[in-house]
Amino acid sequence: MQEGGAQGGRPLVVLRGVEKRYAAGTLAVRGVDLGIGRGDFLSLLGPSGCGKSTLLRMIAGLTAPSAGAIDWPSAPHDAKGVAEPRLGFVFQEPTLMPWATALANAALPLKLEGVARSEREARAAEALARVGLGGFERAYPRALSGGMRMRVSIARALVTRPDILLMDEPFAALDEITRFRLNNDLLEIWQETGFTVVFVTHSVFESVYLSRRIAVMAARPGRIETEIAVPAAYPRGEAFRTSAEYAALCRTVSLALGKAIEGRHAA
Amino acid sequence: MTLAPGEAPTPLPVRRVLGVAAEAWPRILMPVLIGALSLGAWEWAVRANEIPPYVLPSPSVIWATLLRDWPSLSVSLWVTLQITFAALAVAAAAGLALAILFAQSKWVELSLFPYAVVLQVTPIVAIAPLIIIWVEDIRLALLICAWIVAFFPILSNTTLGLNSVDHNLVDLFRLYRASRLQTLLHLRLPAAMPYFLAGLRISGGLALIGAIVAEFVAGTGGRASGLAYRILEAGYQLQIPRMFAALFLICIAGIAIFLALSLIQHLALRRWHESAMRREG
Repeated sequence: MQEGGAQGGRPLVVLRGVEKRYAAGTLAVRGVDLGIGRGDFLSLLGPSGCGKSTLLRMIAGLTAPSAGAIDWPSAPHDAKGVAEPRLGFVFQEPTLMPWATALANAALPLKLEGVARSEREARAAEALARVGLGGFERAYPRALSGGMRMRVSIARALVTRPDILLMDEPFAALDEITRFRLNNDLLEIWQETGFTVVFVTHSVFESVYLSRRIAVMAARPGRIETEIAVPAAYPRGEAFRTSAEYAALCRTVSLALGKAIEGRHAA
Repeated sequence: MTLAPGEAPTPLPVRRVLGVAAEAWPRILMPVLIGALSLGAWEWAVRANEIPPYVLPSPSVIWATLLRDWPSLSVSLWVTLQITFAALAVAAAAGLALAILFAQSKWVELSLFPYAVVLQVTPIVAIAPLIIIWVEDIRLALLICAWIVAFFPILSNTTLGLNSVDHNLVDLFRLYRASRLQTLLHLRLPAAMPYFLAGLRISGGLALIGAIVAEFVAGTGGRASGLAYRILEAGYQLQIPRMFAALFLICIAGIAIFLALSLIQHLALRRWHESAMRREG
């Protein structure tokens, strides 16, 4: 494992004073300063309405910030100076094209990049195998279970070998057993590959289990209240999930989240 | 990463009788049974009450007339079908093209859609005489009438389909910097496919109705005229069984068009769309 975190090495992405105000005047996100290093696993944890998904969409470039800047120091930039980082995005829903096979779904980003058919199919098959779906290349989404569809979605995000994987509550709609399994599988791939992950969740347990760092957010207006490091070593497995260390970390994060929510009531 | 046992769903086996799914048989047999009973009752009522054929012919007389007049009726059927299919093809192409144009710009849609509605709500019987006067070539006039009737369901359905794309998928395409053309070809058109096909299925029947109505208005004589003219002609001559035989052919043609378009819809969507899926339980 390489050393991650904003403190180690050149950060992959830097957010400075990022704000999002909607046309109606609602302030969804206020003054976010955040550095995300290469190989980091950062969770954005908070109650609904705290702007964590909005923040993720701004990092993805799907929503423009109303104020502040998001810089990608090491990413290539286009002619107009707009950064073109290699992103992978996983939505809360699998968001697959129902008319396309698992292979064609996973190959979509390469198709849009203009990669030749034989190469993109080989790479998509590789990505599917990596998420445990070898042999399901020709299956249509409706023939797959919820967990398998999410695996296809992850394969699609990984197929371009992105620098950063942005995940918006990807496992929230799955049952707990499937969620635990996908948590483990995600950590395994992350450790093998060393990309960066920003993971939006409202689950304290999930954020502690997965991340190296947790940004605890509060609502109205959405902001990062505090950052907590999770010092536990990787690989983390079922033994970690049942350890006293995990329970203690969950307690710390839970208290911080409680404080963040309380703070809103006090204000 | 490996898949856990039991994570993959297993498809249910389908029991088949004579190549058709066992559950589908009642859907085929019941309407056939009802049809046979009704025809039997009709035949019996005509014979028992000795109703003359110029008031109500019995099914057997209609059938005999159909066989006897098949040479002339089949020519007319072919004429009507040609106009119907030509109108449907033009309606599909124009409806699809216009829907794509609408999807490119909200302004185009706002400006033109009301006129498509005007075209749709104007009764074809009322404007058919005008079209027949304005357009020299009678077959072209008939085609225009049938097209006007068939065009709207394809346009409105496809427009709806092109606009009902999953927002997250649109975001995904943006994320990968897809061009407008790529988004249209790989996302909007496939997503609109079920809507387009549903529109086509409605328009198939409407194209036939449009062609028949226009033929009624035009009332062309001669050998190469459609089924509607055969009905008019038989009416003047009080050949009621022949009228029924022509009507029967129109019904059969309408059903055949509907079934053919349903089959196309099923074949195109069976792998992925809910509408084409086998219902369970």
